[in-house]
Amino acid sequence: MARVVVLGAGISGHTAAAFLRKWLEKTDEVVVVSPLPDYNWIPSNIWVGVGLMKAEQVVFPLAPVYARHGIVFKQARAVALYPEGSEANAVPFVEIEWTQEGKKGEREQVPYDYLVNATGPKLNFGATEGLGPDKNSLSVCTPGHARETAAVLRELIEQMKRGERKRFVVGTGHGMCTCEGAAFEYVVNLEFELRAHGVRDKAEIVYLSNEYELGDFGMDGVRFRRSGYVTPSNIFTESLYAERGIDWITRAHVKKVEPGRAYYETLGGEDKEISFDMAMLLPPFSGVGLKAYDRKNEDITPRLFAANGFMKVDADYASKPYEQWRAGDWPRYYQSSAYKNLFAAGIAFAPPHAVSRPHLSPRGTPIFAAPPRTGMPSAMIGKTVARSITDMIRGSDRPTHTASMAEMGAACVASAGANAFKGTAASITVFPIVPDYERYPDYGRDLDYTMGEIGLAGHWIKILLHHMFLYKAHLRPGWTLIPE
Amino acid sequence: MSEQTQEYKPAQRANMKDSFYATKPTGITLFLRTFLPWQIWRFVRINWKMLVIIRRSHKGH
Repeated sequence: MARVVVLGAGISGHTAAAFLRKWLEKTDEVVVVSPLPDYNWIPSNIWVGVGLMKAEQVVFPLAPVYARHGIVFKQARAVALYPEGSEANAVPFVEIEWTQEGKKGEREQVPYDYLVNATGPKLNFGATEGLGPDKNSLSVCTPGHARETAAVLRELIEQMKRGERKRFVVGTGHGMCTCEGAAFEYVVNLEFELRAHGVRDKAEIVYLSNEYELGDFGMDGVRFRRSGYVTPSNIFTESLYAERGIDWITRAHVKKVEPGRAYYETLGGEDKEISFDMAMLLPPFSGVGLKAYDRKNEDITPRLFAANGFMKVDADYASKPYEQWRAGDWPRYYQSSAYKNLFAAGIAFAPPHAVSRPHLSPRGTPIFAAPPRTGMPSAMIGKTVARSITDMIRGSDRPTHTASMAEMGAACVASAGANAFKGTAASITVFPIVPDYERYPDYGRDLDYTMGEIGLAGHWIKILLHHMFLYKAHLRPGWTLIPE
Repeated sequence: MSEQTQEYKPAQRANMKDSFYATKPTGITLFLRTFLPWQIWRFVRINWKMLVIIRRSHKGH
């Protein structure tokens, strides 16, 4: 009998746990450790944040689903890894701290044969002074944050209906943020909803971003064939913002947020500030702060984790100039470089380098978008890791399946306004996610498989994906037929 | 801090805005974005394209 412990029940962890349970023997045990009781379909938090959905529509309790499928669920947060066990007991284990009511604060050592670190990110609001829902800005990163944002928006809409003018600032709250796609979705949905409420003329909307160009999304932008040209994604994004009357500020590192005011440094080295009535600014991500110890209880955290807290896996982390970055630097198996029974999936793995070209301000402040690892790639990595672990339990001495982001594509649908007949969404496909300039010297990607367009069809697809992926996450009959 | 920083002020005249230099959709492009027959076709086409990407991404893994 083998025991596999999965840390985290987000898109990657939940996918890994579900497939492990499906593929492993009944005598094997799958344990999920997650600090929250619910699964959250995060892409739909955008609609909660503009008041179109209730938070309850994007979450569901995990315990009944796991109980039905024979997965052990511990509502707890992982504190430390002991990949060699302890001096008293040489079996690897993870120390967890329960968050469930009734057991809150209790610690437990959970032994494992294999461990998947799929903890996702820490929402690092603390990186920017005054940033975050507990301080002076809003977020849509969690259902609770999104609900709070929707309440503030509702109040402002009432004030605008009484004739008041308001300024909305939406974007990234730090120079090293990722997830610009979420900020993009929120700003265009916000604009759409303000129009729907008949108060668009009372609103000034400003998109404030660390991206070098609009449409960078941490992927160094995307290039599409369109109307006889190969056109970069900034053209399409600028076009959408111009059409919707959204102003934009790019190449900005937000360094401080006060009530009603954000301060930012530009890539050119200028210090600027912008006042707002509502600011939805996403935080940068970091690892969740897991520690690691060897058998003698010596701290080996730097061996397992990069400085940003994400887990080091089979990637090339050697420091080298941007020109020497290669698609082959990206991990294929997601196996820890230190312990072969440790894996990291989804956002929890440390990317070897950025995808977008790095830029520093004259003061040395890094201002560029960090690489995304969310959605489709997260799920595919989770599934691939589950397949490899299953094969290793059955006798393979190494991981058997790969899911390099430099070898896989992604399909992404970004809502631009939710309405069954007037709504639109940007449907984007890229192949591969991480550009490979050795295979595709001109653009780094295969333009036959890289496309993007805006339209009502995209909105229908977005709705379809919402229901389909929630159905799949419930592990209802036929869930394996729905692709990642 | 506010004494040393420049306050953001929105541009007033059209050609002072970044958006003046952006590509803008024509009427026919906007019309097609929500024109049902065209969008039903695009729904089929985009879904097909996405399935091809998913299949290719899984290939050999």
